[in-house]
Amino acid sequence: MTLGFYPGCSLKGSSREYAESVLAVAKAFDIDLEEIHDWNCCGATAAHNMNKELSLALPARILSLAEKQGLTEIVVPCAACYSRLTVTKHELAKDPELKIAVTDANNLPYTGSVNVLNIIQMLDKYITPVLAGKVVKPFDHKVACYYGCLLVRPHEILNFDREEDPQSLDVLMLKAGATPIDWAFKTECCGAGLSVSRTSSVGRLSGKIIGDAKDRGAETIIVACPMCHSNLDMRRDSINEYLGEKVDIPVLYITQAIGIALGLDRKALGLQRHFVKVSV
Amino acid sequence: MSSDTHHSVISGLGGEVLEHTEVKVSHCYQCGKCSAGCPLSEEMDYPPSVIMRMLQTGNPVLEDKVLRSFSIWVCLTCEMCFARCPMSIDIPKMMDFLREKSLNEKKANPKAKEIIAFHKSFLDSIKYTGRLYEIGLFVDYKTRTLRILEDMALAPKMMKRGKLNIIPELIKDRSGVAAIFRKSNKKNKN
Repeated sequence: MTLGFYPGCSLKGSSREYAESVLAVAKAFDIDLEEIHDWNCCGATAAHNMNKELSLALPARILSLAEKQGLTEIVVPCAACYSRLTVTKHELAKDPELKIAVTDANNLPYTGSVNVLNIIQMLDKYITPVLAGKVVKPFDHKVACYYGCLLVRPHEILNFDREEDPQSLDVLMLKAGATPIDWAFKTECCGAGLSVSRTSSVGRLSGKIIGDAKDRGAETIIVACPMCHSNLDMRRDSINEYLGEKVDIPVLYITQAIGIALGLDRKALGLQRHFVKVSV
Repeated sequence: MSSDTHHSVISGLGGEVLEHTEVKVSHCYQCGKCSAGCPLSEEMDYPPSVIMRMLQTGNPVLEDKVLRSFSIWVCLTCEMCFARCPMSIDIPKMMDFLREKSLNEKKANPKAKEIIAFHKSFLDSIKYTGRLYEIGLFVDYKTRTLRILEDMALAPKMMKRGKLNIIPELIKDRSGVAAIFRKSNKKNKN
């Protein structure tokens, strides 16, 4: 089976291990991920903070390219890219004038027909039904499933999971053999795009998340967003400074945790690339 | 839209917000849930519910303060305020509009210099290569802000873990992406 694939910039650079684990898990289930040819950056936070038309035109170009390539469904593992692509589809569907302006800027036809899946939706649709039979090494750990902002909000547009206390990641991890814990920070923001320009804020926001996960006995934190991962993993020094102690709970992408349960090679899942050593 | 039957003339900045984003500041009844849930409230000069109130007054002095506030820039668009608003007011969408207007009118808060520099460096990077070039972003950001030493230890650690590409990913249709920037900048001076 073939699915369209939009990796986005992070998965080609600072979150390379997310791409590696997505591809490794897909391969284990004979799913071929076909990358959109010549894709561009979705514009992320910078574009929608600075320029509305640009923030819609950039994702629309990606969707147009997918249409041109004959892809009807694409998986977008980065929660931020998923949000931008889905919001763009929504905005262009309800505003024909805007759609014309954006199509004109891009000089590419756009119909809005491509189905956009986040990583959890992709796993649920194609892998969860057959997961149990392939788990060789149950992920037998207490996990804090952290959803962050952009997977679940705004609910009015994404229409995915509950916006307070979502469940989809917890259910998936349960099927991979883990024990998801109850905790309070599932959808609190990690500090996202302020990582470089205001690292102290990220230390505080991510610190609260790591602190609560630790207090509730989590052995691992599970994420599905490269920004959440960068902040919780790469910014651990700032987090520990905020917490006033050294917390070394590792942060795994959902596809890395599932990959471990499938018995896939740890290097193929990119576990060695993390800042906080993956001891599980 | 049903609430159009309750017609009230909103002038000033609140009216512009309505015209450009369909967000009705008049719907806010000051419950404060946005400010309570906002993770950045304590770093803001005015929390979100106060911004809403300032816009409701239609007072040009307060409107000017909104456009010059630090709040609109430190807002992360985490969407928590919108999720918890009992009146479903899309505050993040309004924030996007206020930021763009603040920039166009050269009213951006000086404390937001680094945040804005980061956004500009990010957009410049994709304007020229089509995709984000992280080393280029770092260097450009440092040039803009002169915050040279900060994060210097991070780059080699990222490199060691294969998390930084030395060579940028260049897309083929760079002129197409440049055209998108050109056209969408026509109405926008940034």
